[in-house]
Amino acid sequence: MRLLVFIALKHLLARKRQSLVSLMGIILGVAFFLGISSIMQGSEEDFIKRLVDNSPHITISDEYREPRIQPAEKVYQNSLVSIRNVTPLTETRGLRGYEKILNELRSTPGLLASPVLAGQGIITYAGQEKAITLSGMIPEEIDAVSTIRNYMVEGSLDRLFGNPDGILIGINLAKDLSLSLNDMIAVVAPSGDVKHFKILGIFKTGRGGYDRGQGFIHLKRAQTLFNKPNRINSILVKLDDPQLALSMSKDIENVIGYKAESWQEQSADLMNTLVIRNIIMYSVVSAVLIVAAFGIYNVISTVVMEKHRDIAILKSIGFQSEDIRRIFLIQGVLLGIAGNMVGIPMGIAMIKALSQIKFKPPGSSDIVYMPVSWGWEQFMIAASFALCASVLAAYLPARKGAQLMPVDVLRGGS
Amino acid sequence: MNASPVILRTENLVRTLTTEALPVTLIRGASVDIRTHEFTAIKGPSGSGKSSLLYLLGLLDAPTSGRIFIDDFDITDYNQKRTAQIRLEQMGFVFQFHFLLPEFSSVENVMMPMRRLGKLNDREIRKRAIEKLDRLGLADHLDKLPSQLSGGQRQRVAIARALANDPRMIFADEPTGNLDSESSKTVQGILKDLAHQDGCAVVAVTHDPEFAKNCDRIITVVDGQIVS
Repeated sequence: MRLLVFIALKHLLARKRQSLVSLMGIILGVAFFLGISSIMQGSEEDFIKRLVDNSPHITISDEYREPRIQPAEKVYQNSLVSIRNVTPLTETRGLRGYEKILNELRSTPGLLASPVLAGQGIITYAGQEKAITLSGMIPEEIDAVSTIRNYMVEGSLDRLFGNPDGILIGINLAKDLSLSLNDMIAVVAPSGDVKHFKILGIFKTGRGGYDRGQGFIHLKRAQTLFNKPNRINSILVKLDDPQLALSMSKDIENVIGYKAESWQEQSADLMNTLVIRNIIMYSVVSAVLIVAAFGIYNVISTVVMEKHRDIAILKSIGFQSEDIRRIFLIQGVLLGIAGNMVGIPMGIAMIKALSQIKFKPPGSSDIVYMPVSWGWEQFMIAASFALCASVLAAYLPARKGAQLMPVDVLRGGS
Repeated sequence: MNASPVILRTENLVRTLTTEALPVTLIRGASVDIRTHEFTAIKGPSGSGKSSLLYLLGLLDAPTSGRIFIDDFDITDYNQKRTAQIRLEQMGFVFQFHFLLPEFSSVENVMMPMRRLGKLNDREIRKRAIEKLDRLGLADHLDKLPSQLSGGQRQRVAIARALANDPRMIFADEPTGNLDSESSKTVQGILKDLAHQDGCAVVAVTHDPEFAKNCDRIITVVDGQIVS
């Protein structure tokens, strides 16, 4: 084998320029593969991270996925019973026995849960009225299930801790109503109750609707405002491993009966888009490497053509067809390995360079860096794809070379 | 008179080449004995099939019919793998266009069959290759590439390579065809020594009457048949 590698290497080194050109094909193929897959992968991860971080991994709400089975249907199970105009059963009382559910959830390792009572309210200020969704939460637990702290631009989340009459609102609402920190606002509940809140913090998430129509208050205050003492209507759950959300939500739903929706379920359409995006990306970068493989095929078949005499000599000396085939296959492998050895560092440099690119998304004042991924899988894919392509490209000419009979060459030569 | 043993024997060899137009018969019923210690010349006009006969004897080509024996073993039906092994261990080849591997130096060319055989370690192989080249007066040209050597020198490197694994048979296809008369004489002398001193069976195809005169025995091929 060492001898065959030696011969293969000599063949490649004898035609440096050609070998180099085909090598460049693989190098660029691998580098671009890495560069492109890194941004695609990076932006996907970034996207999912935002999606996952900014929303609860599982939302348990006071609804049922299926309408309740009517007693008549239970009794006449195998007969034709059609019940129409069943009024949907809404749990106006919120989640029943939520403390028990919470305790059960909290005893699960790797899981954080916090109760929420959400409701609609109207903010009136200086004669204007704005509708707002108010989430009543336990301030100390907000961090566990929400990332709102990261988006505070004025005031702070901590100020809400000791101040039951505080409220956090979005920056768009603050602008619309010319509100600023520490201003007092009145909130009107659907029941007509009015409560006054002091603005303790203003957040800016970048999502316009959220920044205009969302507010956070104390759970207890929400319960009094909406006249639902000791009730909540949803539980937000965060998991240590967001990927488990789908299966975990099913388990939860089976146990407690209420609808538990995972983030994957809530954004199924987006996840589909990502899959399609990945398919497109991999076909494009694979095409680059396939083109590179043709370069290798070209070089090795040229070598085989030029080396007819050498093949005849080697065979007359006593080399087997198998040896000849290996000599040329090894050339493919060597080109593949060399291509990876230069292409991967080049790809790494490319990813580094990409990660330095700063840009400002339209409508935002923040500067964002290009999201890149350093996942080892893409390196594995690029390396093995390049190697396989090289070996495959070398295989056909190698087989042809191996089939060559020495007499055919000798007859032609003498 | 022929005391030396027969090493290679053929019976009624026929080689037909199937081309697209018509089948061409290159060899029509050749039966020869090749002996050790003997320098045999195969001569004949061009196109007579003398090279084709040599390729059959050297197992580079397979006969259409007829049998080939080495040491009285019938090896006609051996597959390519086994004939390659016989060539590696027992045969050496020298061709008209002194086919050396262009990327490899003289000594590397000579080392090649030994390395393929793999019976010695690298240092011993190199030592032996140098010995072979030295014997052919090429001790000063060990690390030169074929392109840096003259025609006669290249042919001597090719002979050294043929000798690499101490073969029992040496086949030469017009070994002096491309050489000037001086180099030609040297090469003839070497081949003769190999037969007489080393006891090899040396078979050389030639159309040079001078060359043939030097040989112990002449096989004349005309139109694919052995006439004498």
